[in-house]
Amino acid sequence: MATLKDVLTKIGAVKKTKQITKAMGMVATSKLRGAQQNMDGFRPYAGKFAEVLGSLAEKAGEGASPLLVPREEVKKINIVLCTSDRGLCGGFNANLIAAAKKFVNERSEQEVDISFTNFGKKGRDWCRTNKMEIDSENLGIVGAKFGFNVALTAGQKLIDGFLDGTYDEIYVVFSEFISTARQIPTVKQILPIPPIETAEEEEVDTVKPFLAEHICEPSPKELLGDLLPRHVYVQIYSGLLETSTSEHAARMAAMDNATSACDDMISSLSLAYNKARQAAITAELMDIVGGAEALKG
Amino acid sequence: MAGNIKLEVVTPEKSVVSEDAKIVVAPGNLGDFGVLIGHTPFLSTLKVGSLRYIDANNTERYVFISGGFAETLPDKVTVLAESAERRRDIDVQRAKTSLERAQKRLADISKKEDFDFMRARTALERALHRLKLSGSRA
Repeated sequence: MATLKDVLTKIGAVKKTKQITKAMGMVATSKLRGAQQNMDGFRPYAGKFAEVLGSLAEKAGEGASPLLVPREEVKKINIVLCTSDRGLCGGFNANLIAAAKKFVNERSEQEVDISFTNFGKKGRDWCRTNKMEIDSENLGIVGAKFGFNVALTAGQKLIDGFLDGTYDEIYVVFSEFISTARQIPTVKQILPIPPIETAEEEEVDTVKPFLAEHICEPSPKELLGDLLPRHVYVQIYSGLLETSTSEHAARMAAMDNATSACDDMISSLSLAYNKARQAAITAELMDIVGGAEALKG
Repeated sequence: MAGNIKLEVVTPEKSVVSEDAKIVVAPGNLGDFGVLIGHTPFLSTLKVGSLRYIDANNTERYVFISGGFAETLPDKVTVLAESAERRRDIDVQRAKTSLERAQKRLADISKKEDFDFMRARTALERALHRLKLSGSRA
C-alpha cells in the first residue's frame, strides 16, 4: 500500500499537471477566437468570389481553361495534407491522417503515384515514417498567424506542377470546422477544378438578371483564366484556415478533458490520502490504548 | 448625378473599405475606369495600383490594391484584392525593405522568363506603388 507521503507527492504532481492543462486550454481558447475572426474575415471574400466565379464559368462554357479539364489517365496525384505542428490536441491529427491514409489506399489500387505537399509537422512525420513521397513541406503555418501569400506561393507551385504534367490530380485533406465540438476531416479535389457549383437555387433568381448583362473586361474567357488560379489559392487558404481553427478547438476540448480528468484523479487520491491518514491515526491510538492497558495489568 | 455608390474592398484577410462613395476610380488591367451610381454591370480584372474614391464628405481617399478584380453593379462596387490597404495604413518601412530586396534580386537574376524573376518584378511593382501612394499627400 502507498504510504502517506507517496500519495501526497502524487497529488502535488497531478495538481501541477492540472495547472498546465488549464493554461494550455485557455491559450487554445484565445487562439481559437483569433482563428475564428480570421475565418469570419475571409467569408465575405470567399462568398463574393464563389458568386462571381460561378456565373462566369457558366458564361465562358466548357474547356475555357486547362485547369478545368480532367485528365484521361491519372498517373500522379498530389495530396495537400494539412495537419497541426504540435500535438496535445486529442485525435485531431490522427483523424486527419486516417482520412489521408484511407484515400491513399483507395487510390493506390489504381496504380497511381502519390506524393504529398505537407502543411504541418504531424502529417510530415507520418509521411516520413511511412516512406511517402514528400514534394514540399511547410511548417509553422497551421495554428499560427499566416497570410494569403502562403496559399498563393503553394498554389502557384501546384498549378505549375499540374500544367506541366507533373500532377494529374491534386487533392487537399483538411479539417472542416463545424463547431468547437465538431471538426470533420475532409478530402477535397482542387485540380482539375471540379465543375463549379452555381449559387443556390433561390439565389440564382435574384442574381441572374444582373449577371446576364455583365460587361466583361477583358473577355469572359480571359477573366476566367485569371480567376481560376485564384480559386485554387482560395481553396488552399480556406483549407488552412479551417484546419487552424479546428486545431485550436480540438486542443481546447482535449485540454478541458484533461483538466477534468485531473480533478477526478485529485479527488480520488485525496480520498485515498485521507483514508490512509485516518488508518494511521487509528493504528496509533490502538497502540497507545494497548500500551496503557498493558501498564495497568 | 444622384446619390452615392456603395464601395466595398475586401481581401482574404479582412474587409478594408465599406462605405458610400461619390465616385470610384479603379486601376483596371486595360486601363483605369471610373464608376458612378447607375453604372452598367461590369466585371474587370485589376492590376497593382491605387484605387481612388471620393467619400460622402467630399474627401478624396486612396487605397492600395495589389491586383484582383472588381464587380460593378448599378448601386455597388465590390473589389476583391489579394491585399489592400488604405493610404494611412501603408507600412512605409516594410515597402522600402521589400523594394531594396526586389531590386537586389532582379540584379542577380539574368533569365527573364524565370519564375523568381516574375515574382521579384511583381514585388518591385507592389513596393513602388505603395511608396508612391504613401508619399503623395492630399
